[in-house]
Amino acid sequence: MTKMSSDARVRIGLEIHCQLTALRSKLFCRCSADYRGKEPNTNVCPVCLGMPGTLPLLNRRAVEYAIMLALALNCKISKRITFYRKNYFYPDLPKNFQITQYNAYEHASVGVDGSLVLDDLNGSSKTIRIRRLQLEEDPGRLAYEGSIDTANYALVDYNRAGVALVEIVTEPDFDEPSEVRLFLNRLASILEHLGICNPALEGAVRCDANISIGEHARVEVKNINSFKDVERAVAFEITRQRSLASRGIEIRGETRHWDDARRITVQARMKEEEEDYRYFPEPDIPSIVVKEEDVEALRARMPELPYARVERFVKVYSLSSDTARILVNEKHLADLFEASTKYYDNARSIANWIVTDLKGYLERYASYDRNSKGDDGSSNSIFAKVTPRHIAELAMLVDSGKINRVTARQILQNVVASGMLPSAIVQGMDADMLSKKDELESIVNRVIEEERKAFMDALSNEKALNYLLGKVMRYSNGRADPKLALSMLKEKVADKSKGGK
Amino acid sequence: MVGTSRFALNAYELVNEIKNGSISVEDYIASMFERIRKMDERINAYITLNEHALEEARIVDKALKGYTEWKGYSNGNGNGNSSILLGVPLAVKDNISTQGIRTTCASKMLEDYVPVYDATVVKRLKDAGAIVIGKTNMDEFGMGSTTEFSAFGVTHNPWAYERVAGGSSGGSAAALASCMAGIALGSDTGGSVRCPASFCSIYGLKPTYGLLSRYGLISYANSLECIGLMARSVLDLALMLKVTAGSDMQNDHTSIDADTSLSLDPESISPDIKGMRFATIREVVESEGIDEPVRDSMLDAISSVEQLGAIVEEVSIPSLRYALASYYTIAMAEASSNLARYDGIRYGYTEEPDGVAWNEFYSTIRGNFGSEVKRRIMLGTYVLSSGYYGRYYMKAQKARALIRDDMLKVLKDYDAIMMPTMPILPPRIGERVSDPLRLYNIDVCTVLANLAGVPALSIPYSMYNGLPIGVQFMARHLDEPLLLRIAYALESARCDKVRRCII
Repeated sequence: MTKMSSDARVRIGLEIHCQLTALRSKLFCRCSADYRGKEPNTNVCPVCLGMPGTLPLLNRRAVEYAIMLALALNCKISKRITFYRKNYFYPDLPKNFQITQYNAYEHASVGVDGSLVLDDLNGSSKTIRIRRLQLEEDPGRLAYEGSIDTANYALVDYNRAGVALVEIVTEPDFDEPSEVRLFLNRLASILEHLGICNPALEGAVRCDANISIGEHARVEVKNINSFKDVERAVAFEITRQRSLASRGIEIRGETRHWDDARRITVQARMKEEEEDYRYFPEPDIPSIVVKEEDVEALRARMPELPYARVERFVKVYSLSSDTARILVNEKHLADLFEASTKYYDNARSIANWIVTDLKGYLERYASYDRNSKGDDGSSNSIFAKVTPRHIAELAMLVDSGKINRVTARQILQNVVASGMLPSAIVQGMDADMLSKKDELESIVNRVIEEERKAFMDALSNEKALNYLLGKVMRYSNGRADPKLALSMLKEKVADKSKGGK
Repeated sequence: MVGTSRFALNAYELVNEIKNGSISVEDYIASMFERIRKMDERINAYITLNEHALEEARIVDKALKGYTEWKGYSNGNGNGNSSILLGVPLAVKDNISTQGIRTTCASKMLEDYVPVYDATVVKRLKDAGAIVIGKTNMDEFGMGSTTEFSAFGVTHNPWAYERVAGGSSGGSAAALASCMAGIALGSDTGGSVRCPASFCSIYGLKPTYGLLSRYGLISYANSLECIGLMARSVLDLALMLKVTAGSDMQNDHTSIDADTSLSLDPESISPDIKGMRFATIREVVESEGIDEPVRDSMLDAISSVEQLGAIVEEVSIPSLRYALASYYTIAMAEASSNLARYDGIRYGYTEEPDGVAWNEFYSTIRGNFGSEVKRRIMLGTYVLSSGYYGRYYMKAQKARALIRDDMLKVLKDYDAIMMPTMPILPPRIGERVSDPLRLYNIDVCTVLANLAGVPALSIPYSMYNGLPIGVQFMARHLDEPLLLRIAYALESARCDKVRRCII
């Protein structure tokens, strides 16, 4: 083989699966689309178990959602939407075929030839082309007792089988891992704004990446569980392939898995031969003839999309486009912003507060990843306490010169812990701040006394500390110095764990 | 009513006897079971009998005596059909899902499978008062035309035990012809209702594709197959159609929302076919594969309908030569995918899976399919393989479209197409199975209706040396009422010449 230069062009393409979590039922039956947290094999019926003689009944709303997403990604909507069978044997597939879509013989998928513009790439912008967008059913899930390598059998849970998935396939238009992350965040924001998928739910958005350098073979990386890890996996893969290429070693076209513990990609089991899926049109679902007016009616019903919202924020609230973009990139921040402006009309001040202080706080303390493997409990619980009124008051207090930014940040910490309003906290602080250790001692002791269980939890779980701190803040009517109180709590915990169990 | 003759009653007659109190449903069903126990050893029409049938009969009797209100077994379907088949014993082909009654598809793969739900059509018949008496023998998964490819043994023709009953719905036809059921369900992918109906001298209707919900019919070839209706009289057929037809938007996207209730009213069926125009097809009439007695019977049928005032003309449909190839290519392709789900993991035949890799497990389990099923899965897998799709499957679909268009063109000028149901007399058991191509060829007349999706009815017409011969009519989509009229006219005209059961 010819030796390739190791700085040859990197090409990255993505295959993203988004569950339509806003649907009530699965794609072809009446079972709940919400399978999470249920006893294995209880969210099933004869249809999604593929019992003999059952037939799929297509979920109309799923098609509408998929068309809306295709429109949001500037796709052409196919005039005839047709489902195909993809035939392969695997235990998580009840019928041993997946009902999906296929474009080799006709434009059958919901959407084709779309695009998404990344317009905040350090000032420049770039278009990522979308090859196709299709609707398909999710398979069930395999579980193993112990590790996959030692288990003597696999267990199958069909609760997820038949949940509606939209698959988005991009062209290999990414050059950098950071673009991938940006794209995924942008897509997540579109999903949130359309209200069709909650990307924070585990497994709701899953991403495979195809990476190649120069003329070398393409490598597919699967099993990536969070957006952060997609970026990491792609970066790792580029380094790995470059290093192989620079040493003149052949890069095999293969499928690799992302190992999120070791942060490397590992070779998946080699396929003995190229799989032949024997696609053919699903005879049990008639093709859907899509009329222009139906598409336009759907377009008219679509909620405001991120791009339009950024523009509106710039125009109506005079925000910088950077600030507007950061807000809109995460729908809940943008919603918090808009709601806060009802309490205080200095929108720019509120926006800055959210973008710099709140977001910074979240990233530092809440181990916040919008598409993490675990549930997103930490940031959710913060949003349960920090309401638009809190944000508006904080911004107002700073603007009026009553407090400075540093104090304001302390107050935010206090708000997150106690849920108290900033004005009340400030009053407490004005009166007299409980910043002496002996003054706080009795309150801290009382909390530990009352919250025995949380205190014991705190020995192993830092989050329980935040809960205890909240109690201290409340009992002191917000007058406690949170920093001091936290360090005292930590001390007590440390004493306890040293002092024998 | 006493004696064996009451088993020969037509369903509409039986319902009258039951409603006026002359027959107790429980007695009737119990003695029907007695009859089956005696006769079915030689015929082998049933795979499984419904052990709840007597309970269900008692429920009907109670309702009749006014103790309870009859609402159907599943609390009524509200369409006004709730008692028109009250107490009628119903035989159900074993590839149609019946809740709580083993449903095997005559396959070892499903020998222990007990469904948790009723097929829509079964549910509707039960709600109209019919009592499922048992599940009938068939070619495994519907793949065959003689009911010889069954894991539960061959079904014998009640008119001549050494001959086949036809297939794949052979059990249902044999049960009706030997009065071991009042009405029966079959399924028709390429003639599987009409072939045994013709060989056993009963009526077999393949309805318009989509008129009857397929929900609960275990798939062999989805785009071709329908649940079919089988009976010993035209009025019985009309009653069944009235109960079962109509959309099932709850379960089945492919069912048609057709309002057939008015035109299917049995009272309104007239035996008058004067002025109707029928086409015979030159390619069929001149085919060398047609047995002489069948050709003679066909010519006789033509003069019969002419005497009744119909006009018969011959037309040519050259595309028919592609029919069998197109049919088998599509059917096998779909079958190879449909039958993939039988892997022993969720239901049906299974073995201890611990420590066995899945591919190995799959091949062990799937080795339990019969040889004909394996043959069709392999051929179907082949025609769908990448690179061959265009050469086989797509081409077969194009041929199918051509045939359908040609058939519909003929049906624009004529009310119905008329031809023999089967080109041959019922073969001896074992005579045809060894040569698949010769076996496939006997479907030549029946597959046309499945390719075109039009309704077709096999009518018992004559006997040759004690062997039944049927005649078949195909009509436009949703023109079942016309087919019933033709059948009624022939039934009235030939009531002294045709026997539809053997006691």
